[in-house]
Amino acid sequence: MESFWLVTLAILAGAVRGGTPFLFVSLGECLTEKSGKINLGQEGSLLAGAMTAYAVSHHSGSPWYGVLAAMGTGMALGLLFAWLAQLPRTNDIAVGIALMLFGSGIAFFFGKPYIQPSAPLLPGIPLGAWSSSSQIQAALRICPLFFLGLLTAFFLAWFLRSTRWGLQIRAAGDQPSAARALGISLKSVRTWAAMAGSGLAAVGGSYLSLYYPGAWTEAISGGQGLMAVALVIFARWDPKMCLVASLLFGGAQSVGPALQAAGIQTGYYLWNASPYVLTLIVMIITCSTKKSLAGAPGALATGE
Amino acid sequence: MRRLLPRFPHHTAAALALFATAAPSFAETVMGFIYVGPKDDYGYNQAHAEGGAGVGKVPGVKVVEEASVPETNAVQETMLNMVNIDGASVLFPTSFGYFDPHILKVAKEAPEVQFLHCGGLYDEKKHPKNVGSYFGWIYEAQYVNGIVAGHASKSGKLGFIAAKPIPQVLLNINAFALGARKANPKATVKVVFTGDWAMPVKEAEAANSLIDQGIDVLTCHVDSPKVITQTSERRGAYVCGYHANAAALAPKGYLTGAEWDWSSVYSKYAKMIQDGKSLMNGGIPHLIRGGFKEGFIKMSPYGPAVSDAAKADADAAKAAFMAGTLEVFTGELKDNEGNVKVPAGGALKRDDPAIESMSWLVEGVLGSTK
Repeated sequence: MESFWLVTLAILAGAVRGGTPFLFVSLGECLTEKSGKINLGQEGSLLAGAMTAYAVSHHSGSPWYGVLAAMGTGMALGLLFAWLAQLPRTNDIAVGIALMLFGSGIAFFFGKPYIQPSAPLLPGIPLGAWSSSSQIQAALRICPLFFLGLLTAFFLAWFLRSTRWGLQIRAAGDQPSAARALGISLKSVRTWAAMAGSGLAAVGGSYLSLYYPGAWTEAISGGQGLMAVALVIFARWDPKMCLVASLLFGGAQSVGPALQAAGIQTGYYLWNASPYVLTLIVMIITCSTKKSLAGAPGALATGE
Repeated sequence: MRRLLPRFPHHTAAALALFATAAPSFAETVMGFIYVGPKDDYGYNQAHAEGGAGVGKVPGVKVVEEASVPETNAVQETMLNMVNIDGASVLFPTSFGYFDPHILKVAKEAPEVQFLHCGGLYDEKKHPKNVGSYFGWIYEAQYVNGIVAGHASKSGKLGFIAAKPIPQVLLNINAFALGARKANPKATVKVVFTGDWAMPVKEAEAANSLIDQGIDVLTCHVDSPKVITQTSERRGAYVCGYHANAAALAPKGYLTGAEWDWSSVYSKYAKMIQDGKSLMNGGIPHLIRGGFKEGFIKMSPYGPAVSDAAKADADAAKAAFMAGTLEVFTGELKDNEGNVKVPAGGALKRDDPAIESMSWLVEGVLGSTK
């Protein structure tokens, strides 16, 4: 019985710990897609953000400067994406893949000298200080970035639904011709959305290198930037659902290790694969040749 | 870009060397080292890179190296560049997955170059004569890790985070468990497999989950122990290192560590080659193995948390390995399902082929190879 509680606790803690990067990347991707472009380069922004954050934190001594620098790097990559993807006769999917390779390439190239040094990490807020159990204390030590992500999810939902700028972004994504008729500049709306989206993904990267697992290595992302793109579809382009889906994916990552640590040893390859299996299942359930998805921005992947 | 930029100084050096040939000089042996990951990962690659740096100090040896070369055709290109541009006559492609087909293919194209591969896959009947392999019995060092861990643990529960259940990993888990149970016969070792060699998030999850279950000493067999070492230090658990010395990451909790001593191994190869020996003329054996005694492995210095009793036991075991009087797998040994694997009075010696095909976990290990 004690094992059962510990596994549940580990998975819940893992959902918060491991879900935060998913949350930032998926919110960023949600915003970008709402404006009508798919940015597959989020994986590159995530890695470049993780590297920049670690390097800046190492040199400046303050992890928060690292987070800001990561955001800047991500926005620069987002600007590059927006420029390339809106050139005549380009395709946003192809540009996204190119930027994924570019972002990870520069992260690996400039990140070489930062693999060994230790950088100051982000502090955790000890919300479990009331408890005498070290497990609960560890599970409830939560990074401020998680709360920032939480706020961002609700803010973004309100922003897209109830503000003039949100309406412009939705119009650019759903009915580009109508948006043009209203005098909205598609180019500037999509550029801002891509920059903000890529900046959010890079903040997710800074969480990876500066909080959990808290190191810069080339294998740090494990494809989380790509999984987050699938997660946006799963969340039906709704920021609040992105939060739920991110926690689910984060929890799925910790199922394998938590079950083995509790002594359930069979089938660990399957459990370890659960986030990827979940991605596939999401894609299978949501794919259809007959109708477009509910909630999908109308201009997505139309080249318009 | 990644390939050309870091190598640029070597090219310049090669060009300078060409100009310098007019002056009388002794024959320089150029050795090429190739690593699958970064050179400073506190792990497998750092251990090899320290070896490369060590052999570079031997007079008459020049080292060229390249890091983060994937186990694809890219490594063939790197090997050919090292041979054709840098003039390397000996190559050490250090990653396990470089061997088949990459090393085998390039070795046929460059029969005058010697290819020495870490991992011990050489087969006399199938492979070219200019290929050799070497590997160390690092499980002896994991046994010493186990002794120190068994002494340090208050709960008697130890944890082992491993990538995949392959023989070399299972050997290390078993040796660690046997060492721990020598210090504390009631000790258990719980194993978590993460599924691959570099999975930082899973490794951190595994470390946290194991510590939540009351485990107070961790060790691992993954490419880079950095994340596991840092996580256990943050959670106040002890950790035994693997591959390279990571004491700097856990000043309080680092007990000791099983380290490779590739510097000593590579220097011995350099000596043999400078004496005119080669794989092709039979002067260098195609398969080389070694443990403490042969200078293949070493232990990290003890951390502050290691007791005097633990030090005495660990030093005694190390001395016995050095003297060649100790074997890790001596009977009677049962696996963790109760089957007798080594009968009473018997021993599974380190040069026994069964060592390198180990597929079971010893009694006291909580885990499964399936």
